[in-house]
Amino acid sequence: MNDSQPITPTPVAAYSPGTISRVAALRRRLAPTGNTGDAVFRALLGASAVLLLVVVVMLIAVMWWNSRLSIAAFGWGFLTSREWNPGREIYGALPYVYGTLASSLLALLISVPLSLGVAVFLTEQAPRRIARPVTFLVELLAAIPSVVYGLWGIFVLAPFLRENIAPIFSTTLGWSPFFSGSLRGGSLLTGGIILAIMITPIITAIVRDVLSVVPVAQREAALALGATRWETSRVVLANGAAGIAGAIILGLGRAVGETMAVTMVIGNRAEISLSVFDPSYSIAAVLANEFREATTDLHRSSLVELGLILLFVTILINGAARLLVWSVKEK
Amino acid sequence: MTNRVMTVLTAACAFFAVGILVLILGYIAAQGLSALSIQFLIDTPKPIGEGGGIGNAILGSFILLLISSLIGLPIGIAIGIYLAEFGGRGFGNLIRFIADTMTGVPSIIIGVFVYTLILAMRDFAPDFPQFTALAGGIALALIMIPIVARTTEEMIRLVPVSMREGALALGAPQWRVTLGVVLPAAASGIATGAMLAVARVSGETAPLLFTAFNNSFYTYYIDDPVSSLTVQIYNYAISPYPEWHAQAWAATLVLMTLILLINIVVRYLTRQKF
Repeated sequence: MNDSQPITPTPVAAYSPGTISRVAALRRRLAPTGNTGDAVFRALLGASAVLLLVVVVMLIAVMWWNSRLSIAAFGWGFLTSREWNPGREIYGALPYVYGTLASSLLALLISVPLSLGVAVFLTEQAPRRIARPVTFLVELLAAIPSVVYGLWGIFVLAPFLRENIAPIFSTTLGWSPFFSGSLRGGSLLTGGIILAIMITPIITAIVRDVLSVVPVAQREAALALGATRWETSRVVLANGAAGIAGAIILGLGRAVGETMAVTMVIGNRAEISLSVFDPSYSIAAVLANEFREATTDLHRSSLVELGLILLFVTILINGAARLLVWSVKEK
Repeated sequence: MTNRVMTVLTAACAFFAVGILVLILGYIAAQGLSALSIQFLIDTPKPIGEGGGIGNAILGSFILLLISSLIGLPIGIAIGIYLAEFGGRGFGNLIRFIADTMTGVPSIIIGVFVYTLILAMRDFAPDFPQFTALAGGIALALIMIPIVARTTEEMIRLVPVSMREGALALGAPQWRVTLGVVLPAAASGIATGAMLAVARVSGETAPLLFTAFNNSFYTYYIDDPVSSLTVQIYNYAISPYPEWHAQAWAATLVLMTLILLINIVVRYLTRQKF
């Protein structure tokens, strides 16, 4: 504080993350005594950032190390084996992988049209005084905890589907493998719908962001050519296609890792069935149910390997989605 | 024609989404209120037919949030400052990418991670407690850190560069500029980001299943297993007893009141800015 070196004004046009450090670097050059305070401050902040890096590296390393028994025992066959039998010490991931993917894709199938509709309504069509409160309410859907969705799913959604929706599908589409049988307790359908409700606010928010950076000139050009409001919205949607794809993938990433709500409504049976009325199981759900009670080392190791698969999938999905969303926003 | 149909359709989508929210919140209010009482908010869980309450779960949730905030907020804010003020190049972008990826990692994986670390610890020291409030707090902090870091970074970037230049020109070292000028200017934004992060982890259940576990009694020791509202809701919801189902709804009402309050306060505080 007390060093009174003359400081030349630095030409700074606009703020970028590096600007301040450049100013600081110049200042350090002008003040040859250096500044211990700054060095300590920077080291502390840098250490926190390094800590995050260390945590992620540890996360992957620890999961990998703890799956070694399972990887050694089953190899790649782990992914294709259908049997999960703690009694005989045989573990195969396929039913869980299938259940995770099927419930997430079902969720996307419902949620994507819904989210696009909400986002287009909020950014392109609704007047501001309606759009603002509706935006807030849709965002509140994201604030509801997973376990609360699960509770609502068990006691409200599942009975409603069983008594009012499933019979309609059974009578009209019962011939197809996707709607065969009847809905009893937990099912892929209940899990998919709950997931769809949970990811809708997330996809909506990102699509809104993406649509809002599409230049107004695009809309004006379309309107000037005589396009209706919906035709203009289509132009805007086409412009944001990459970002919308990113939003959908982020929604998928959220759906595959969702735990409590799915555990509570999906039925928790490790079977592979095409019918959405049949119970299923997901990776996150089996971790929630079995991990604490795992008695043998191989059982625990197989569960950790399931977690490792889930971790890699979500990292891949999120990385891809971020790149897509960034590519739109940078423009 | 298509135009009008699509306008109606998109409006229907929005109406549907809001309708679901109203349905869920309405159900929680209706079901929860009927089982709610002062006694319920104070009591500890009891066997079927004897009533019982969620007092220890409320205290446990509070302890877990306190631990995770004490660990997660300073580290998250420090990373955010680093990213905004120093992290322009390669390493900064790497940390940014990692933070974004971490927010996408399922919370159950964080729970598995912390639990396996504790198991490894117990191999060396068999006395090391398996389920503790501290472990639960750490798991929640790991979820908090990347969220807080990214919102803090965004908020600090909103502070005009002229303020920094002014302070630097007065001869202040950079650490004083950041802590004394930039942070206060961004404080309200950082605070709302922190509140949202707290709201987010207050609803987490999955990472607590193997870390904080559960406890039927009041405890304030951080090396004891501790009960939480969310785990309590889960256990009651999957139980076969209607009495416990009613208690699950009442506990949910308490949890949702807390979460909605935070969200509405944040909304109120940020209404001019966004």
